[in-house]
Order: sequence, then C-alpha cells, then structure tokens
Amino acid sequence: MFSTESLRIAVSGLIANRLRSALTMLGILIGVGAVIILVAVGNGSSRTVQKRIESLGTNTLTVFRGSFGRGRGGRAFVGTQSRQSQLSLGDVTALQNKANAPDVASASPVVNATVTATYQGASYSPQAFVGTAPTYFTARAFTVAEGRFFDQSDYDSRARVVVLGQTVVGQLFGTQDPVGATVQVNGVNFAVIGVTAKKGSNGPQDQDDVALAPLTTVQDHLTGVGSLNQILVQAASRKQTTAAQDEVTSLLLARHRIADPTQADFSVLNQATLLQTSAATNRVFTVLLGAVAAISLLVGGIGVMNIMLVTVTERTREIGIRKAIGARRRDILSQFLIEAVLLCVAGGVAGVGAGLAGSHFKIVGVHPAVVPYSVALAFGVAVAVGLFFGIYPANRAASLRPIDALRYE
Amino acid sequence: MAAPPVISLSRVTKVYDAGRLSVHAVRGISLVIERGDYVAIMGSSGSGKTTLMNIIGCLDVATSGRYLLDGVDVRRLDDERLAAVRNRKIGFVFQSFNLIPRTTALHNVELPLIYAGQRGPERRRRASAALSTVGLGSRMHHLPSELSGGQQQRAAIARAIVTNPAIILADEPTGNLDSVSTQDVLGVFDQVNAEGRTVVLITHEPDVANHAKRVVQLRDGQVMEDVRQAPVDGLPPRHRARTQQGVA
Ligand SMILES: Nc1ncnc2c1ncn2[C@@H]1O[C@H](COP(=O)(O)OP(=O)(O)OP(=O)(O)O)[C@@H](O)[C@H]1O
Ligand SMILES: [Mg+2]
Repeated sequence: MFSTESLRIAVSGLIANRLRSALTMLGILIGVGAVIILVAVGNGSSRTVQKRIESLGTNTLTVFRGSFGRGRGGRAFVGTQSRQSQLSLGDVTALQNKANAPDVASASPVVNATVTATYQGASYSPQAFVGTAPTYFTARAFTVAEGRFFDQSDYDSRARVVVLGQTVVGQLFGTQDPVGATVQVNGVNFAVIGVTAKKGSNGPQDQDDVALAPLTTVQDHLTGVGSLNQILVQAASRKQTTAAQDEVTSLLLARHRIADPTQADFSVLNQATLLQTSAATNRVFTVLLGAVAAISLLVGGIGVMNIMLVTVTERTREIGIRKAIGARRRDILSQFLIEAVLLCVAGGVAGVGAGLAGSHFKIVGVHPAVVPYSVALAFGVAVAVGLFFGIYPANRAASLRPIDALRYE
Repeated sequence: MAAPPVISLSRVTKVYDAGRLSVHAVRGISLVIERGDYVAIMGSSGSGKTTLMNIIGCLDVATSGRYLLDGVDVRRLDDERLAAVRNRKIGFVFQSFNLIPRTTALHNVELPLIYAGQRGPERRRRASAALSTVGLGSRMHHLPSELSGGQQQRAAIARAIVTNPAIILADEPTGNLDSVSTQDVLGVFDQVNAEGRTVVLITHEPDVANHAKRVVQLRDGQVMEDVRQAPVDGLPPRHRARTQQGVA
C-alpha cells in the first residue's frame, strides 16, 4: 500500500525524531557526495593527463636515443652499449623520404640545450631550449600568438632567431612586447621573432616554459654538432601512427645496422599508445576511488538499518495498536519501508547537491569533472540501499503478532 | 433459522509457556454471546479475563477449543482477513488507552478508517462525528499528552466505534479513571449498546457491572457464575436518554 497516507505516517515518524533522522541522512549524504566527488576527481585527473598528452600532438612518435625503459635519451644507458648510440640528421632525412616511410608526414630533429637567457638584466633558464626544424611547430601543435615562427630560410641561413613560450616571455619581458627584441642566450645574441600561443600548464610540466630556435643555429652556437637528442616524427594521420612506428623502427634499425630489434639503440614512443595506457590507468584509478566511496555509502546504509531497527523496537507498542485496529502486514511494512527509503532519498538528494557543489573546488590539484552517470548511480544506489536495509526492520515490524507488540514494554 | 450468535466459544483453553512451567490461563470456557448483549466479565486478578478478551478480539489465538465469530471459525482466517475483522467487526478499548503518541485525537480516530481504505472528507466527517458522540468534539485537535485520562479513554472509545463495528470489547476501560470520568465512559457504552451493538467489558467494580445486562464471573480460567440482569433485546439497565451530557 503506497498511498499518501503511508507517506504521511512515515514523514511524521521521521519528524518526530528530527536529530536522529538528520544524522542518519548525513551518512547517506556523505556516501553519495563522496561517490560523486571522487569519481569526478578520477575523471578530472584522467582528462588532465589526456589533455597534456594530446597537447604533445596525438599523431606523433618520438624517437629517443637508447632503449626506452632504461632511461630516456641514452642518459642512463647501461648494459650492451658498446657503440655510441646516435641519432643523426641523416636519420631525419631518411625518415622524411616518402619512399622509405609513406606514413610519415614529417620528421623534425631535436636537440636540447641547457641555457640561461638574459634581457636587460633579467635572466631566466627555460625548462626547455629546443633546437629544431620548422616542421616541429606543426607536429607539436604550436600556434603563433605574436610575430612568426622561424622558417626553412632561417634554418638554412643559420639565423640567430628564437621563438619564446609565454612563460619565458613573462620572466624576461614582463609586460613589454618581446617581438623584435634581442636576448642573450648563454651570451649569444638571438632576435625574438615570435611568441607561441599559451598551451596551459597541465600538471608539473609547463608547456609554455620553452624557447625554440633553428637546429643549425643552436648547434653552431650552443651545443656543438653531435647526436640529436630526439627525432619528432609526425604520422600522416592518427590512424597511421602504428604503421609509421613500424616504418621508423625498421628504417632506423637498417640504418644503424642492427639485426636484432631487441638490441635497438633507440626507442620509439608512440603518443597514442601512451594515451591508451594512461586512459586505462585512469579508469582503474577512477574505479578504485568510486569503490572507496561506495563503501562509505554502504556504511551509511548500515546506519539506516541500525536506526530503523531502533525505531521499530521503540515503536513496537505503536505497531501493536495499529495492528489491533486493523492495520495489515503490508500497511506496517510499507510504513517502515517508506520511512527508510525517505531517509535515503533525502540524504541522496542532499548528497547530490553536496557532490555537485564540492566538484567546483580544486581537489589535490585536480579540477573534478562530474560524470553524469555517477550522479544517477549514486542516487539510485542510495534509494536501493534504503530499500535493502529497510526491508529487514520493516519486515520485522510487520511480522509482530499484535498481542506480543501490545505487551512489549 | 436465526442468525448465529455473534460470539460463540466452546471449551476454549489458553496455555502460556513460561519457561519450564506452563500457565493454564483459560481452562475450557464455553460462552455464547448474542447480538445486542451487554456483558460484564468479572473475576479476581489472574483469573484469565484479559486472556479471554484477547482471544475474543482476535489479538491472540486459543490453544484449543473453538471460537466462532458470526458463525465463522477464526482459525480459518488468514492474516489479511484477521486484520479486516479487527478493523471492521471489532472495536477494542484498552485499559491503558493506547492512543498513538504525537498524533492528534482526530488522527487517532481516523486511523481505523485509513486502514479500511476510506479517504477524503468523509473520513474526517466520520471521525469527528465519533469524537462528538463521546463528547470530545472540542478537543479533537489535541495530542494525547494534552488530554486527561478520561478524555484519552473517550478518544480511544471513539476510535473503537468509528468503523461501526458490531462488537465493542473493553478491557477495564474505567480502571484508570475517577468516578466522574467513569460515568462519562459508561454513558458512551450504554449509548452504543442501545444502538444495538454488542458490548463486552471487563471490570472489577460492581458499579460498572451494574450497567451490563449480563455478568460473567471467572475464577481460575473457568466460568463460575453467569447472571442475566436484563433482557438481551431491551435497553441497558442504567441507560438514560442521551442529553448533552459530558461535553468536556
Ligand atoms: N504472556 C503471558 N505469559 C505467561 N503467562 C501469562 C501471560 N499473560 C498472562 N499470563 C498468566 O495468565 C494468567 C491470566 O492472566 P490474565 O492477564 O488473563 O489475568 P486477568 O484476569 O486479566 O488479571 P487482571 O485482573 O489482573 O488483569 C495469569 O496467571 C498470568 O500470570
Ligand atoms: Mg487483565
């Protein structure tokens, strides 16, 4: 019997014990709120990582010196390393050849320099000072904010020009316009010709803390001619990254005269694979967070059951009276069941409110992103918890014999 | 053929199992109560009056023997039907009133109608009519804790009669009341019986028993004496034409 009558009886039962009802609801509120917020945190961090990786360019491959997993760029290279591991401009040229690697759109050489740049007394060491080719900008999805990027003629003429990221601009120029200015990089004059558009600082790595100059110029004045640190390969499309990876691998193995792929003196990092791996890791992370929150929801449910048992015991006499004047089993059952479900619905609604409100705040460095299904799920589970944990006490009340209930002291 | 008696008990017993020893609270009672009778059950404490009343009111079941209510064996009734019987056929008045706390007198009286499935203004009208009958018309929005003992008992009687049951059962309805309240309450029972309903009440007081048409004495779970004071189909002996008495 679900009627307005039983609803009214249940509501007045809840109001009669305001504090107790509120505390029980709090348990459900915390459970539902925790599910929503924690899943949102998991989802938010997953999005952050994804965005960070995507901003590196999703259809790019990075070729490192040395074996991946034993240290990047060959720095921590140990073991079978007898030959100096090298990435040369010859490798880059070979990769640019469409006949060798049809799925490769571009290959850009990369050298990293550790520098200090100064401008009118201000000095700053960018996280990355990259010597590269013009194709790098497209591969890394940089866009111009001001001025221009260096081009092939700058590259060929070994022009001392530099393109700065927003963070570097802020450090050296403050609010001044940097384009046209000359900065000293390790004592060498470079003309600032452009500024990259802000990419955002996703996580620990600031993507705008960067300066880019033609590879030729950097090798001439800063690093000297040696091995490249990396080769950045852009596949023709996102779908072609795996094919491009195979082509790059076999081409470089052949060029480096290595027969056994396990002995490769380079490694190819596929951005798409990284994305998939991180997505999988994040799913696990999100599920774990959700599970922890679900446990608190369960605890809230047990609280509801506990309170309902107390309520039934307290109101045994009332149950006896109701039965004596003609209440049926299901009248009593629905009265207490509705009471339990009401507790959970009210707690659930408040929990959804708290969860949505809480998701507006930055939590442990992550902007939570609410997942709609988690809201529906948490609320649904809260109601189900009310039903599940309400059934036992309600059934106990309904099964009381009238005479036993009336005699209860 | 005449209608079956409203209550018919034959060799009814009730044994309570209290640990190792069992208590024979009712030892073979046979009793027939006709429609419209007004019966007072008396007897010393522990003689089994309440036990018998609970069996008659379908709150408890006999250990053995047969109980026919309106010719129907109550053992044959399932939970659902028993609830309907308690709701419509029987009105029960307890010694300790047993109103539901934190619930107004009106709502208490409405409850049996709610369980009978009646809704809307008609329910409210019937409940307030019942409260007026017991002289509580002006107190119906009060909580039980705001009513005197006599008023609470009258509210409980209103709740018992609101569904127009054929039988009113009352276990020491005046046990906790002073003499004025007792007179008010008995006036209501006399009135209800005068309307043709069967009334069975338990009492220790001869004054109260004098209102009944028949007095049954119990001792040790058995009927000792069964005295008729007035005919079944007449008015109750102390009945007074109802004036506006006892409007508290
Ligand atoms: N639930 C029970 N369990 C065990 N014994 C019981 C129970 N209820 C009643 N008795 C016993 O049954 C006997 C009859 O009890 P009952 O309540 O019917 O007496 P009563 O005539 O109503 O007495 P009183 O006038 O004091 O109300 C008593 O001896 C009592 O101790
Ligand atoms: Mg008794």
